[in-house]
Amino acid sequence: MKFSIVVFPGSNCDQDCEHVVRELLGCEAEYVWHAETDLKGADAVIIPGGFAYGDYLRAGALARFSPVMESVGRFARQGGPVLGICNGFQVLLEAGLLPGAMRVNRDLRYVCRDVHLRIQSSETPFTRLYDEGSVVRMPIGHMEGNYTAPPSVLDELEREDRVVFRYCDERGAVADAANPNGADRAIAGICSRDRNVVGLMPHPDRCAEALLGNDQGLKMFQSAVTALAAR
Amino acid sequence: MAITPELVAGHNLSAEEYGRILEILGRQPNYVELGIFSAMWSEHCSYKSSRLHLRKFPTTGSRVIQGPGENAGVVDIGDGLAVAFKMESHNHPSFIEPYQGAATGVGGILRDIFTMGARPIASLNSLRFGSLDAPRMKHIVDGVVRGIAGYGNCMGIPTVGGETTFHSAYNGNILVNVFNAGIVRADRIFLGRAEGAGNPVVYVGSKTGRDGIHGATMASEEFAGNQTSQKRPNVQVGDPFTEKLLLEACLELFATDAVVGIQDMGAAGLTSSTFEMAGRAGSGVEIDLSKVPARETGMTPYEIMLSESQERMLLVCRSDRLPEVLAIFRKWELDAVEIGKVTDTGRVVLFFGGEKVADLPAAPLADEAPVYDRPRRPAAAPPPPRWPEEPEPSDYGACLRRILASPNVSEKSWIWTQYDHMVGTNTVERPGGDAAIVRVKGTARALALKSDVNPFFCALDPYRGAAIAVAEAARSISCTGGRPLAITDCLNFGNPEKPDVMAQFEAAVRGISDACRAFDIPVVSGNVSFYNETDGRAIPPTPTVGMVGLLEDVDLRVAMAFRRDGDRVALLGQTRDELGGSEFLRTVRGRDEGPCPEVDLAAERRLCELLLDLAASRSLSSAHDVADGGLAVALAESAMAGALGADIEVPGFVRHSALLFGESTGRAVVSFASGEERNIAERAAAAGVPLVMLGRIGGPRLRIARGDAPPIDEDLRDLTALWRSAFRRSIESAELL
Repeated sequence: MKFSIVVFPGSNCDQDCEHVVRELLGCEAEYVWHAETDLKGADAVIIPGGFAYGDYLRAGALARFSPVMESVGRFARQGGPVLGICNGFQVLLEAGLLPGAMRVNRDLRYVCRDVHLRIQSSETPFTRLYDEGSVVRMPIGHMEGNYTAPPSVLDELEREDRVVFRYCDERGAVADAANPNGADRAIAGICSRDRNVVGLMPHPDRCAEALLGNDQGLKMFQSAVTALAAR
Repeated sequence: MAITPELVAGHNLSAEEYGRILEILGRQPNYVELGIFSAMWSEHCSYKSSRLHLRKFPTTGSRVIQGPGENAGVVDIGDGLAVAFKMESHNHPSFIEPYQGAATGVGGILRDIFTMGARPIASLNSLRFGSLDAPRMKHIVDGVVRGIAGYGNCMGIPTVGGETTFHSAYNGNILVNVFNAGIVRADRIFLGRAEGAGNPVVYVGSKTGRDGIHGATMASEEFAGNQTSQKRPNVQVGDPFTEKLLLEACLELFATDAVVGIQDMGAAGLTSSTFEMAGRAGSGVEIDLSKVPARETGMTPYEIMLSESQERMLLVCRSDRLPEVLAIFRKWELDAVEIGKVTDTGRVVLFFGGEKVADLPAAPLADEAPVYDRPRRPAAAPPPPRWPEEPEPSDYGACLRRILASPNVSEKSWIWTQYDHMVGTNTVERPGGDAAIVRVKGTARALALKSDVNPFFCALDPYRGAAIAVAEAARSISCTGGRPLAITDCLNFGNPEKPDVMAQFEAAVRGISDACRAFDIPVVSGNVSFYNETDGRAIPPTPTVGMVGLLEDVDLRVAMAFRRDGDRVALLGQTRDELGGSEFLRTVRGRDEGPCPEVDLAAERRLCELLLDLAASRSLSSAHDVADGGLAVALAESAMAGALGADIEVPGFVRHSALLFGESTGRAVVSFASGEERNIAERAAAAGVPLVMLGRIGGPRLRIARGDAPPIDEDLRDLTALWRSAFRRSIESAELL
């Protein structure tokens, strides 16, 4: 089973994702340079975190024009699982593979710390091993994670059960104080209409092994393995 | 342009130094050459006031692969790997323009590390600010933190630890010291050498602009109060995205064997890189400055040579591999241009538009810069302290709360949550502990990293203060189970032309040297920052130490947090009747008073060996260095970190305030399973380390009693809330400007 990891100039979690896939999951990992169009036989695609193009202009705004994104779009339309983490989520929004946009965090600062997330839907290839409604702890690290979309789009996301993760407190309650960036409706991650493209601001790649104090993110990658095996 | 005495003086060169230039050249320099001499012989680049003293540092050891003199020091960590590390100051620029000053400081230290062939894996920073209520200070703190974050986060290099101190002595001159460590294969280390006549000299990275011209010279002068806005054009502007590309391109290039030598264009830009690379190799270079990629039109050779534009490197490659080198940089969309060739003439010859604009011998500029034995005279002794005669406070709990809420002791997550401290997925111990721990992927090992210095101790006694900085870093690292390997340093002082400052410097260097010898660890890299003065007022001597320790097995690490209800707590080391230099005196009494606590380096070493021994046998649940705020604060920190209270009874023969808040050196608080009590007491006795049993862990309160005296008895959640919120509240309490 092969995960292809897209590398933009300025990606900086590409190696973290590679480590998870290869060392912790025991799957194949392949880097795909942004100028390439061949996804190298990917079974799943990861768009990792970082600062693609330095986040200049707007996070993800330049990366969407990279040649590789056309291939990722095609892969997604054919139902291939695509996971965008942090900057990868921002790129997916800019590329139109997921709806909505990111604003700068409401307190205008970069924030790196643990947050709690409620798994809103286990019906995606990246969350099928989590119990719906369960609470997981996961780190964030971003400047622009304040998710927004027009109310009609937000309503549609909710109606179609496409809000996959919501910020919450450790007991699972969604409250303003537990929202680290001001995201609309405490949305931390969403999926596409076909549910195969998932984007989230928190970093499952940073909490996938006990040595780092938390392995609750590993299930996200394991979910993809079981989803692909079930196909 | 005619070389007049005014022009010479304007280049910060003395008449004597100019005489020496005439001697070396046997003729008058031209304007370009004068500029080059000025930069190379600036204090910042030449270490002319410090060099004599720095020779005292122990710099060798069985693990040392590269000592001082290169871009960074390199130490063997086993498994065929090595750690490259260094610390640098960016004090003056950060005071003038906090964001860019701090950001480019990070950019500079990262380049130092990856030029060695290492992938940077963790940064620390050591920050000294003025009082939060001083003019501009909140703006400066905010800018510095954002600058470090902006650069490091974008580069994807985690900032895993550091220290921050506030004191009015830094109101006019803050300190920004940044540290980075990288991992490199021990047999693939790259050096700054221009070897092999005929090999191409290649310029890579950002284009050259007019920013930062004479930055090195600026760092070699004092400030007058009104100069900060005039000096702003001397500060460089950083572009972390370009540096990220440069990092990846260089590491891709290093995997080939095309590179002969490489050097960062840091202070004094193209000047220092060309002269130092040729100087080290005993070769020469010939460069055509018209080929240097320029950001602006009409730049003169003088400006090109002295620009400190960021994110640039100079490299020498094998002549038959040039196309491959250029292709890698093209892939990363970076400029890479052959601008000259290595020669065997021993001279740096510069051309511009077909005309020769400079012709200088390489080695004399790089290695034979003036060396000064500047006069030294220790400052007069301060008046005797008042604390020994003072009555004891009536409420020790209130004292503890005030100290925990002070800017120096309170928790600094407001700062470190702005830093990405997790990228790279190596951060085993996050900021806030004794030393940061980062694992080394592909091995069972981890590095323990710590920056340390107590400037208040150094102000009272620079020798002891500097020795304590090394000892405290070693203690913090040993608490985690890491064995101290080596240090880098960043020596921040006032104007070396003043005898009292020079005396401080000499004493501090001696203190670091003696402490390093006591621990048997070398100094492998470092940096000196003089002229930290504004309006004639010098900062306290601040010799920051950056230490790297090694855990052979990351699973044997120990953290500072109390871990288990029912565990026993003990104090290792000797408590003396000392309050000098303490946070208690500063916060509760409002005074800076001595004397500096004593330091017993042999006892410090014994304590560290014991801590390592106990960690290796998995005997400890927690270990925490006793430092700022003394024993009561150390106990509170371990309790708050573990969210576990404790019931403590401190036996002691010194006054209660010293027992609780004195900052006697050489101590650590440890906790362990109750069954281990005898074993640990015996091993401490065998190691010659005093041990006092303090009590047990458990309950929702932190209670610290001493005989019949009124105990400290605090609700741990309240204490934690106070400690965690105090700094955030004080920094956010007023408008930033």
